[in-house]
Amino acid sequence: MLNFVVRRLLAMLPVLLAVSLLTFLIASLLPGDLALVILGDQATPENVAALRRDMGLDQPLWWRYLSWLGHVLQGDLGRSFRTGQTVLQAVAERIPVSLQLMLMAEFIGLLIGVPVAIACAARAGGAFDRFMTGSAFAMLSMPSFLVAILLIYLFAVELHWLPATGYVPFTEQPLANLRFFVLPALTLALAEWPGIMRVLRSDMIATLQEDYIALAKAKGLKPSRILFVHALKPSSLTLVTVTGINIGRLLGGTLIVESIFALPGIGRLLVAAIYTRDLVILQGVVLLVACGFVIVNFIVDMLYAVLDPRIRHGHA
Amino acid sequence: MSAPLLTIADVAVELPTPRGSLRAVDHVDLSLEAGRTLGIVGESGCGKTMLSRAVLQLLPKRAKLTGRVMFDGQDLAQLAPERLRRLRGRDLAVVFQDPMTSLNPVLTIGTQLMETIQEHLELDAPEARKRSIELLAAVGIPAPDQRLAQYPHQCSGGMRQRIAIAIALSCEPKLLIADEPTTALDVTIQAQILDLLAREQRRRHMAMILITHDLGVVAGRADEVAVMYAGRVVERAPTQALFKRMHMPYTEALLAAIPKLDAAPHTPLPAISGRPPDPTRPLRGCSFAPRCRYAASDCHHAKPALTSAEIPGHLYACFHPIQMTERVGA
Repeated sequence: MLNFVVRRLLAMLPVLLAVSLLTFLIASLLPGDLALVILGDQATPENVAALRRDMGLDQPLWWRYLSWLGHVLQGDLGRSFRTGQTVLQAVAERIPVSLQLMLMAEFIGLLIGVPVAIACAARAGGAFDRFMTGSAFAMLSMPSFLVAILLIYLFAVELHWLPATGYVPFTEQPLANLRFFVLPALTLALAEWPGIMRVLRSDMIATLQEDYIALAKAKGLKPSRILFVHALKPSSLTLVTVTGINIGRLLGGTLIVESIFALPGIGRLLVAAIYTRDLVILQGVVLLVACGFVIVNFIVDMLYAVLDPRIRHGHA
Repeated sequence: MSAPLLTIADVAVELPTPRGSLRAVDHVDLSLEAGRTLGIVGESGCGKTMLSRAVLQLLPKRAKLTGRVMFDGQDLAQLAPERLRRLRGRDLAVVFQDPMTSLNPVLTIGTQLMETIQEHLELDAPEARKRSIELLAAVGIPAPDQRLAQYPHQCSGGMRQRIAIAIALSCEPKLLIADEPTTALDVTIQAQILDLLAREQRRRHMAMILITHDLGVVAGRADEVAVMYAGRVVERAPTQALFKRMHMPYTEALLAAIPKLDAAPHTPLPAISGRPPDPTRPLRGCSFAPRCRYAASDCHHAKPALTSAEIPGHLYACFHPIQMTERVGA
C-alpha cells in the first residue's frame, strides 16, 4: 500500500511541472506587453523599457520561467499590480466561497444521482428507469444559466423562499449563508446528477450480471444488501472518477453560476483578472486551481485502492 | 417410500433471442430423494445449467419458465419472493462453476461466509465467526481464522472453490446444486473437490445435484444419472444400470469422448462429430439423429419418447437403442 502511494506521488511530479510550464506560457505568450498594460497609453517608450527591465521582461523566456518557478516553490506567486494583493491573499479570500459551492453542489448531485442510479439499475428497462434516463438526458442538455434563471424565478421571485443573489460568510451568519448557497448549488447539482446517475447506472447494470451477484441471490440475501453491499462498491470506480473530475472542475469556480448569483468566488476572480489584464493573478490562480485538480485526482487514485482490494494488493 | 425432496415436473425454459424463441429446457421430469445424488450430464449448451437455474429460480429475467419445481412440498416457481429468499441459502444451496467469478472481489471471505449464516440462522457475530472458521476447516482450508480477513484474489482457484462450498454448506442445506464445480479447476484439484463434496454430503445427509459434462465424474458419485441433450433428458437410469448397459447412442458417444489414459500416442480424440442442433430451430425428429451413427429414416421424422427399459427406473428416448453386441469399445 505504501509503495502504491509513493508511486502515485512520484507520478504527480512531472504532471505538476507540465502544469506550471503551461500556465506560465499562457500568460507570457498572450499578445500585448505587460509593461504597456501597467503604464497605460500615455507611457513613453523609455518608461516602458525601464519597467520591462525592472520586471525582468527583457530576459529570455526560459530564464523568466525558471525564476518564476523558483519564486512559486518558495510560496511567492506574485502580487497584483492593480490591487497590490498577493495571489495567495486573493485566492484565500475567494476559495471558501468556491469550496462551499463545490461541496454543496457535489453533495446534492450525489444525493440525487446515486439513489436514482441504484433504483434504475435494480429494474433496468422498467418504467422508472426509462423515465429517469430521459429526464437525465433532458437535464444534461439544459444550459446552467437557463436552470439558474428558472430556479431564481421559481424560488426567489414567485415563492420568496430563498434569496436570489448575495453572499455573507458562514462565520458571520451561518443560516443566511446556507440560504444564499442553496440556489447556486442546486443549479450546479442539476447539471451534475445526470452524469453521476448515468455512469453508476450502467456500471451497476454490468455488475448485477456478475456470477457473484447470482450467488448472493442464491445465498438468500436481502435485495437491499445485494444492491448496497455486493453491487454498489464494485460499481463505484467510475463514479469516483467522475466525482473527482467534477470536484476538480468546480474547484476552479464556476464563471456563470458565480456571476448570476453574485458569489465572490474563484470564478469571478478569474473573470476580473482577465478583464483587467491582471496577468499575475491570472497565472497564479490557474496554477493553484490546476494543482488542486491534480491533488483531487491523486485522492481519487487512493480511493480506488480503498474500494478495490485487488488494486491495494497490486493485483490489477 | 417418502415423497421426493425435489420433483421437477414438465419443466420447460424458453429464452427470447433476436432469432426467435430458444427452448433451453424442453419438458424435463426428474426427481430426487433426500440424501441422494443425481448426476446431470451433457455437452455445453444442452440445458443442464438452465435447468439448475430453473430450480434455483435464478433464470435470466426474460426467460419463461413453465412446469413445476416442487421442493420440500412447495412449488418454487409459484413461491413469493420473500419466502423464496428465506429458502435459498438455507435449504437450497449452490456451488457455481467458476470460483474466480462467483465470489465478490471486494468483500472479505469472512463477510461472504458470515452474511449467509447471519441471514438465516439466529447467530450473533462471534458465533457466526466461530461457525465460519469451523466450516472453512471442514472444507480443508488451513489456518481458517486468518483466511476470514482475506479477499478472494488472495486465494488459489481450488481454495476459492472450497470457500464457495463452505458458503453453500453453511446453513446445512437439504439440497446442494453443484454446477460443474470442478470444470474451472486444475485436474489435480478436481478429484479433491469432488471427494470433499461427496464426504460432506454423506456427513450432512443432504441431497445433491451434480452437473457435469464428464460421465466419469458421476460414475462413482451419483445414485442416478440423467443425460441431457438439446434441452431434453434422453436417458435416465440408476448409475450402475447405466454403465452396465446404456441404451441411448448419445450416452455411449459421451462415454467414448472421454480421453483414455492408455491410448497410444497421437490417437485422435474420439470427439462426437457435428454440433448440437440450433435450439431456435427445433428438429422434427430426434435431436441427436444428425450426429448419430445408428440413425435410421424414422429418427428424422418423429421424436422418440422416454420409454422404460427392462431395469426399473431406466428410461431412454431412442427408436434404435444400442444392442450389447454392437457396443463400441466393449
